[in-house]
Amino acid sequence: MVTYIIRRLIGALLMLAVVSMVTFSIFFVVPRLAGVTATDFANRYVGRAATQETVVAVANKLGLNDPVVVQYARWIKGIFVGAEYDYGAGVEHCPAPCFGYSFVTKNPVWPDLVDRMPVTLSLAAGASIIWLLAGVAVGVLSALKRGSIFDRTAMVIALSGVSLPPFFTGLIALSLFSYGLRITAPGGAYTPLTENPAEWAYSLILPWLTLAFLNAAAYARLTRAGMLETMGEDYIRTARAKGLRESTVITKHGLRAALTPIVTIFGLDVGILLGGAILTENVFSLPGLGKYATQAISTQDLPKIMGFTMLAAFFIVMANLIVDLLYAVVDPRVRLT
Amino acid sequence: MSEHFLDVRDLKIHFPTDDGLVRSVDGLSFKLERGRTLGIVGESGSGKSVTSLGILGLHKGGRARISGEIWLDGEELVSASPEHVRRLRGKKMSMIFQDPLSAMHPYFTVGAQIIEAYRIHNKVTKKVARKHAVDLLGRVGIPQPERRVDSYPHEFSGGMRQRAMIAMALSCDPELLIADEPTTALDVTVQAQILDLMRDLQRDFNAALIIITHDLGVVAELSDDILVMYGGKAIEYGSAEDIFERPEHPYTWGLLGSMPRLDREPTERLLPIKGSPPSLINVPAGCAFHPRCAFEGRTGGKANTEVPDLVETEGGHLVRCHLPREERRAIWATEIKPNLESA
Ligand SMILES: Nc1ncnc2c1ncn2[C@@H]1O[C@H](COP(=O)(O)OP(=O)(O)O)[C@@H](O)[C@H]1O
Ligand code: SF4
Ligand SMILES: [Mg+2]
Repeated sequence: MVTYIIRRLIGALLMLAVVSMVTFSIFFVVPRLAGVTATDFANRYVGRAATQETVVAVANKLGLNDPVVVQYARWIKGIFVGAEYDYGAGVEHCPAPCFGYSFVTKNPVWPDLVDRMPVTLSLAAGASIIWLLAGVAVGVLSALKRGSIFDRTAMVIALSGVSLPPFFTGLIALSLFSYGLRITAPGGAYTPLTENPAEWAYSLILPWLTLAFLNAAAYARLTRAGMLETMGEDYIRTARAKGLRESTVITKHGLRAALTPIVTIFGLDVGILLGGAILTENVFSLPGLGKYATQAISTQDLPKIMGFTMLAAFFIVMANLIVDLLYAVVDPRVRLT
Repeated sequence: MSEHFLDVRDLKIHFPTDDGLVRSVDGLSFKLERGRTLGIVGESGSGKSVTSLGILGLHKGGRARISGEIWLDGEELVSASPEHVRRLRGKKMSMIFQDPLSAMHPYFTVGAQIIEAYRIHNKVTKKVARKHAVDLLGRVGIPQPERRVDSYPHEFSGGMRQRAMIAMALSCDPELLIADEPTTALDVTVQAQILDLMRDLQRDFNAALIIITHDLGVVAELSDDILVMYGGKAIEYGSAEDIFERPEHPYTWGLLGSMPRLDREPTERLLPIKGSPPSLINVPAGCAFHPRCAFEGRTGGKANTEVPDLVETEGGHLVRCHLPREERRAIWATEIKPNLESA
């Protein structure tokens, strides 16, 4: 077990190393191959008004003319121990984890990411709890009442939930509940949990529901399929033959087995979500990581994009690791070796 | 009312499906007393499992159409409420299934599953139930039961798993025990051990035992009575002696001929039953066995028009065949028995 965890941790680190190399290549090496020069990069830092000499000097000071490997090593080193940067206006210290400075705001990337994390965490936590409970409940009921009106209605709604993108459902929800009925917060309203929990929930309820709807739909379908399969298993017949109540048969024996794959997918989905619910955050103008990423992309702010990419990759790799460990906990047949 | 411990009367279990009505069990009657063993024998698909699940009330609430009567210790179960029958399940009557690997929940330890079965019907602490589970595991011949009680089913061998399954079924001292193909999923050597175990346990528990199998060899030594099923109906029913010494139905002769025997190559079948079991949706007209019967031509054209009745031939021995009794006996004595013995 311990050796398994250590092996998986090493694997996770290797995975992150590969992601970092790919990210670095995409954003620094590929543009260079396509003809973007070191001075072009330096230009993004110093701005259009600077003289050619300043730009060349900055490019040298930032090490943009060094071999690619050296530059990559410097970037990685920054993440672990911090880095010194000199944009021509004196040396600045960027403490670890340092993902460099934004081209646009000239602020270090990491503190901005940290600032936005609570928003994304709040969104992800609320939405995932809602969709897990709702999706599993609807899925179980649908499976038990297969073919009933409830089942048919639920599955049609679920199908639309799976196929409608959140910017569509989100915008409809906003115009209906926030601007039409005025019962939920308008877009762009966000109150931190630490300031006012009630306001926090009020400002997030619509984004939660929008995001939850999308995933609850998928989970309802998954749970329904899983329950239908599980309830036909021999061990369910055994549980009934023992004289167990049907409710116990369903929850203790049926759901227990049907939930295993759901737990796995749930872990991965939450991991992905922690990297930023890009569409939902944009629809509701929530200042989270997803919104941050879209801003970074639209302004071609490379350090931000890379910082975001690495953080999202970290969440996903960690979620994978946790899910694998969890899998062995829920299914005793899985051997961790 | 019925003075018998178990008295099944004209039991019918039909399933409406998209393809038509499946007559899985179609007018089955039999009786069984405490301490006695009934073997129910028939090819796969003859309705044996549906019968046993029907006795346990496990078709209730589903789409099955059930009629007839099942008297258990003076109570009628077909008309009883599902909740009432649930309370009898696991306690008054319990069941051992064919494949213990799929019949046990993979996520719970063997002990937990026995403890659960015990505590449904006995208000005891977990500790007491656990002690009981360990005792039971020891009793069914599992070595180191204190340790094995915490193992998962997949950590057991096939034979040990079936022993654990038996322990679970016995946890509440059932008065009726139904074993549905208890040895089919096991190796030949393990099969014999499990059958020995069941015989010992039945003597100790004094339960009424139903052993269901497609293999007459399995019930040969265990059963007092044997019921041979074909297409959801009984085609021959009598004492074990009747079935083995004086069988009168061509299908039973076929089963006897295809019985695996230790002194014969398993592949070598003396009198194989040609063809395949009937569809239970479109049961052949007349005698359901006639498309496969070698003696079909000797019944004067009745075989494919008239359903033969199950009639007594002698001393409680019942046969469903149009052939006259004397002719059946003659065929057995001159054509079938000598062949079986010379093999
Ligand atoms: N729930 C069900 N719905 C429809 N048909 C069923 C159902 N259960 C069993 N059957 C059919 O009933 C017949 C008898 O099955 P079964 O009792 O399992 O046979 P066996 O003698 O092999 O145990 C089979 O043809 C099977 O397909
Ligand atoms: S009734 Fe005719 S077809 Fe049926 S078993 Fe008897 S001899 Fe064979
Ligand atoms: Mg069967």
